[in-house]
Amino acid sequence: MKKMTGSKIILEALKREKATTVFGYPGGVVLGIFDELYDDKNISLILTRHEQGAVHMADGYARITGDPGVVLVTSGPGATNTVTGIANAYMDSIPMVVFTGQVPTMLIGNDAFQEADIVGITRPCTKYNYLVKDVNDLAYTIKEAFHLARTGRPGPVLIDLPKDITAASCEFKWPDKVEIRSYKPKITGNKPMIRQVAAAINKAKKPVILAGGGVVASEAYAELLEFATLINSPVTTTLMSLGSFPASNQLYMGMPGMHGTYCANMAIQNCDLLIGIGVRFEDRVTGKTSDFAPKAKIIQVDIDPTSIRKNVRVDIPVVGDVKHILKDVNTVLKEEGSKPKWKELQKAWLKQIETWKKEHPLSYHQDTDVIKPQFVVEKLYELSKGQAIITTEVGQNQMWAAQFYKFDKPRHWISSGGLGTMGFGFPAAIGAQMAAPGKLVIDIAGDGSIQMNIQELATAVINKLPVKIAVLNNQYLGMVRQWQELFFEERYSHTFLDSHMIPDFVKLAESYGVVGLRASKPSEVEPLIKEAFKVKKPVLMDFVCDWKEKVYPMVPAGASIDNMLLYEAETKDKKRKVRVVK
Amino acid sequence: MRHTISVLVENKFGVLSNVSGLFSGRGFNIESISVGETLDPQISQMTIITRGDDQVIEQITKQLNKLVDVIKVIDLLEVDHVEREMALIKVAPRHDQKSEVLRTAEIFRGRIVDSSPKTYTIEVTGDEKKIEALIGILRPMGIKEFVRTGKIAIAREGSK
Repeated sequence: MKKMTGSKIILEALKREKATTVFGYPGGVVLGIFDELYDDKNISLILTRHEQGAVHMADGYARITGDPGVVLVTSGPGATNTVTGIANAYMDSIPMVVFTGQVPTMLIGNDAFQEADIVGITRPCTKYNYLVKDVNDLAYTIKEAFHLARTGRPGPVLIDLPKDITAASCEFKWPDKVEIRSYKPKITGNKPMIRQVAAAINKAKKPVILAGGGVVASEAYAELLEFATLINSPVTTTLMSLGSFPASNQLYMGMPGMHGTYCANMAIQNCDLLIGIGVRFEDRVTGKTSDFAPKAKIIQVDIDPTSIRKNVRVDIPVVGDVKHILKDVNTVLKEEGSKPKWKELQKAWLKQIETWKKEHPLSYHQDTDVIKPQFVVEKLYELSKGQAIITTEVGQNQMWAAQFYKFDKPRHWISSGGLGTMGFGFPAAIGAQMAAPGKLVIDIAGDGSIQMNIQELATAVINKLPVKIAVLNNQYLGMVRQWQELFFEERYSHTFLDSHMIPDFVKLAESYGVVGLRASKPSEVEPLIKEAFKVKKPVLMDFVCDWKEKVYPMVPAGASIDNMLLYEAETKDKKRKVRVVK
Repeated sequence: MRHTISVLVENKFGVLSNVSGLFSGRGFNIESISVGETLDPQISQMTIITRGDDQVIEQITKQLNKLVDVIKVIDLLEVDHVEREMALIKVAPRHDQKSEVLRTAEIFRGRIVDSSPKTYTIEVTGDEKKIEALIGILRPMGIKEFVRTGKIAIAREGSK
């Protein structure tokens, strides 16, 4: 058999894994691999402007396709620039394979030029990582990396490639399957536990389903819908899970937690059975854990045993793949055929839910002179008919997007949930657009976050990706400013960005060949969005927004989640002093 | 509560770092850790002494199990087991206490593995209490330095 270089083996392996879109950036020790790419017709490398951008793009790509995103960068700074993106993917359980170049084996440990111990650096933020020391191991390592990235609880895997390994040659042997004796994710749930779940559901009078990112990862939407309808239970979905249950469904209550809806939080605090599906009960969801769902028996279904009981007490744990377990639970419930009983029992509960929904719905005061950021999101929803893929940055923009854009379909919402990475949304939107070429993709951004990976405007333009960016420009690091206003006596220390003019986003966009548009009055919002949607090019929309606007409801840090500050508490004419520390 | 956790891992580079990194990264503490090859040279055995309430220990065992290179995790607190530790203690006693040192070593079934005109090095094996006790007695007589292996443990045959 003909021998292949390590570089060639990598490309061949990517083809076998059907991973033909790669996001990357070249450099010294990966020149060999990039040279192979030069002639390769099957693999397209998207050249970014920063390695962090590449990883977020691969992340956005993976969140649309469900398959690992692929990154290829050089050693040293190329590798360290990927760390934020990798940590982000790790926190949100996104499948990804990152190839980093490394100095030749002989030089490792010598502080060689552009050397970094990326395997050591990424150990705590990858699912697994490798330093390949023999070209004969390369093909198998790649196969194993993809297997680890996409199975069990998905996550990023990193492969570090010393220059001499990619230059060396061997026969290409592609393994049929991967066998790791110490890695066997549990897929099907324990039967007695499933019976216990069904029994608890049968006894419940006030159930709540809390669906998390695991529902998306295992694509259990149909099973979730069937389950909720079957037991007639209200549903709340975490930030990671928006769209996994249709927002237009009567049983849907919105998002729970710190900026969750009044209804979802009240339901959790008053339910007698909380059914957590693919959730890890993160602190932004639970608030004060000792007061979380105090009256409820808690069921937790998750593929990762460490997620169970990590943050909250759990009465019935079920380890396994959400899709399989929901299917089994549905079967058991149908066997027992007690559907009408639930309808009856829960009438009062569902009535209560409706009352909560009506008592304090998500709201804001519309204004005739200043643009309210919530209004922009509502208009984006309306004018995209709810069909767009929405990515977000982090902060107020993220929360308003989560609250005011209603998702009926899964994999239409891409947001940095766990790590909360500013600068994530725009490159993620580029990755999403690559994965879904015909779709309308909108990054709902803040003026702070967008500047963290603004250089990728070039990537969008050059690759003809018509991504839309909606900057909710309030001149501030809004979420931090909100905390300063509420908890630090309006001492706005270093949160003022002055970004109405610095930068001039319209000119900035234009300099990249991106269409730049600005709206300063509420009446301009709708025509501007319509214009932006018409253009088949990347567009940056700069919405000059009310800087005073805050995200409500809000659960103060450390409080229980029924302890909410509500929008209604805002007095319209409250005088504010702006104290800016520059 | 203190637990002795026995961990079977793939004998690869980086695994110890994965395990110790897990403890530091998640705020668990390690009182001692010892690592060695097993009958199968591809597998290493780690014995980790750690402390924590039930929830912490549950997390530690689960998180260890989650590491790709970890094959098996056993909390030995749940099974009958034997624990041993070895120490090498270098003592520099006053001239008139030399025989006292030797007698003490003998009581503890220690062996003198090195001696110089001014020092004895005692090798002693036992459970933690025994080693602590010996160090306690020798200390006033002038311990120059000591090293301890950390505990190793094995389940008693037939115990569950």
